[in-house]
Amino acid sequence: MESSLSRFDAIFARARAERRGALIPYLTAGDPTPAASLGAAQALAAAGADIVELGIPFSDPLADGPVIQRASERALAQGMTLEGVLAMAAQLRRAAPALGILLFGYFNPILRYGLPRFAEAAARAGADGVLVTDLIPEEAQEYCAALAARGLDPVFLAAPTSPDARLERIAAAGRGFLYAVSRTGVTGARRQVPESARQLVARLRRHTALPLALGFGIASPEQVREAAGFADGVVVGTAMVERMHAASLERGPEAAAPAAAALLAELRAGLSFAAPRG
Amino acid sequence: MDRRAAESHFMSPASQPTAAGRFGAYGGRYVPETLVAPLDELAAAYEAARRDPAFQDEFRSLLENYAGRPTPLTYAARLSEELGGARLYLKREDLLHTGAHKINNCLGQALLARRMGKRRIIAETGAGQHGVATATVCALFGFECVVYMGEADMARQALNVARMRLLGAEVRGVAAGSRTLKDAINEAMRDWVTNCETTHYLLGSVLGAHPYPLIVRDFHAVIGEEARRQYLAAARRLPEMLIACVGGGSNAIGLFTAFLGDREVKMVGVEAGGRGLRLGEHAARFQGGSPGVLQGTFTYVLQDEWGQIAGTHSVSAGLDYPSIGPEHAALHDAGRVEYVSAGDTAALEACRRLARTEGIIPALESAHAVAEACRRAPALPRTAGVIVNISGRGDKDMEILQRELRL
Repeated sequence: MESSLSRFDAIFARARAERRGALIPYLTAGDPTPAASLGAAQALAAAGADIVELGIPFSDPLADGPVIQRASERALAQGMTLEGVLAMAAQLRRAAPALGILLFGYFNPILRYGLPRFAEAAARAGADGVLVTDLIPEEAQEYCAALAARGLDPVFLAAPTSPDARLERIAAAGRGFLYAVSRTGVTGARRQVPESARQLVARLRRHTALPLALGFGIASPEQVREAAGFADGVVVGTAMVERMHAASLERGPEAAAPAAAALLAELRAGLSFAAPRG
Repeated sequence: MDRRAAESHFMSPASQPTAAGRFGAYGGRYVPETLVAPLDELAAAYEAARRDPAFQDEFRSLLENYAGRPTPLTYAARLSEELGGARLYLKREDLLHTGAHKINNCLGQALLARRMGKRRIIAETGAGQHGVATATVCALFGFECVVYMGEADMARQALNVARMRLLGAEVRGVAAGSRTLKDAINEAMRDWVTNCETTHYLLGSVLGAHPYPLIVRDFHAVIGEEARRQYLAAARRLPEMLIACVGGGSNAIGLFTAFLGDREVKMVGVEAGGRGLRLGEHAARFQGGSPGVLQGTFTYVLQDEWGQIAGTHSVSAGLDYPSIGPEHAALHDAGRVEYVSAGDTAALEACRRLARTEGIIPALESAHAVAEACRRAPALPRTAGVIVNISGRGDKDMEILQRELRL
């Protein structure tokens, strides 16, 4: 039972009306610095990102490849905490009222903060949903209840290894959209969109009307174009983090925002998107 | 071992987790979705195996004819005399092939891997004992073997790195984080999430997502079954107390499980007290930790106020880990097992003491249990019997012992 249309619903509906996929960049909050990552998120919103995934850094990111692991380490070294991520989400929300904001992380920091307390703070900050990489629907009852009480969408992963019965369960637990993992493995840029991604999206469609975003390994405009041919949204994480880090190393943390916006523009060009929306 | 004895250690009624892998509030599965299918496959393979007499026969035969079971229960006469209290008995897992209890679980899981048709094995290791045992069974079964090991541990357990390589395993150093066991597990899980269709993750302790804590526990339950039988035969009654060290907790669970129904038997798990009880200086999860999720399971975890996992320290690489098996968390909360800690200095001293009184050099991990036994024995009556699990031998630790004890 959907009580009201969430921002994610509206974003995907609009993208569909515009006959394009939603573009969903990821960045790790606090990398290269808290101020620079907020600047980069705002730049991504201004450059036409539909949803921004704000990564909550964690000491033991076991689903991430080396690029995002190091971003997490840098963010923690900068003193980033869950409360810091929530404050950043609130600032991002003020700057970009229409942007979708997905908090993205591992379970322990959220559990430590307290599920109801987290849901309340995330909703107050203006986040739209949460994805916890190491939380499957079977373990997520309290978490889903806490999120639902604050009108936040729980977004779950679906994997190429998930059999149909699990896809059904994931579809039933998820709100807003589902995140299809393009391949077995950790996050990290790859050259191609694998056949397993297309098959997974097709299988998911049989179980859900929710929009489907595809992520893990998507790095180039060509891959974005290919993925958007069969998915409703495309997540670009590692490539974004890498681009921001390279710019920051070369020209200082302030260079992360223009670098993020430039990569987003390239990815959009690959899709021949309509003009950026405000 | 007769068939009934063999079956009993697979079907131990002591503490069965729920279908979701919960021991009380603890355990469960906190993993990326990709790993759910391989975990389900493993659980199904194990369920079938535990009911399959051919599997049990083969496992038992390997334990006896390859690993060297049963291991003796040695009465430590001179040490007991010197302490002037309880009679100490040593469960001699140090005498097993590869030098520690770890081989029990590795043989069992190798049989499971073969059953699932997986010929590539990955593992993590801290002290290197589990890595050596994994490399050993991979050689025995003709499996490809990759062992992840923190670079700090590779430096302090160099001998075991060489052993693994000699056995044909590839040892991959892990430079992330604290470069110890926790980081090795992260890296092994990253490999597994990538290669799960062809690869079995041979997890080395009662840790991780369901069904690992159950499988590893069951494969080590033979330790306690033997000890219980041996002690009953020698003393005609049950021991007063069991003492075992607890890193992830596999040797302790292995010893404790057969006695969980014996209410009169007191059990003590010994964590690493390291250099002191400030966060980062030890690995005493029940003293400085709180419930949280790490590496697939809900259990006690050493963490900071923001839920970031804390650093740990122990002179013993095998105990140097920020969380503990979920069944231990349940046993702790239920008050069935008492958990204490022994520091680096006490463990080193206990190692020397056991060497000089009994001619047995324990692993530094096991030395923590010996330290606790030395602390408690004087206060116990001379009629009391205490079983101490000597989970491994100290050969691997000779460089550290040479340095720390100025040998």
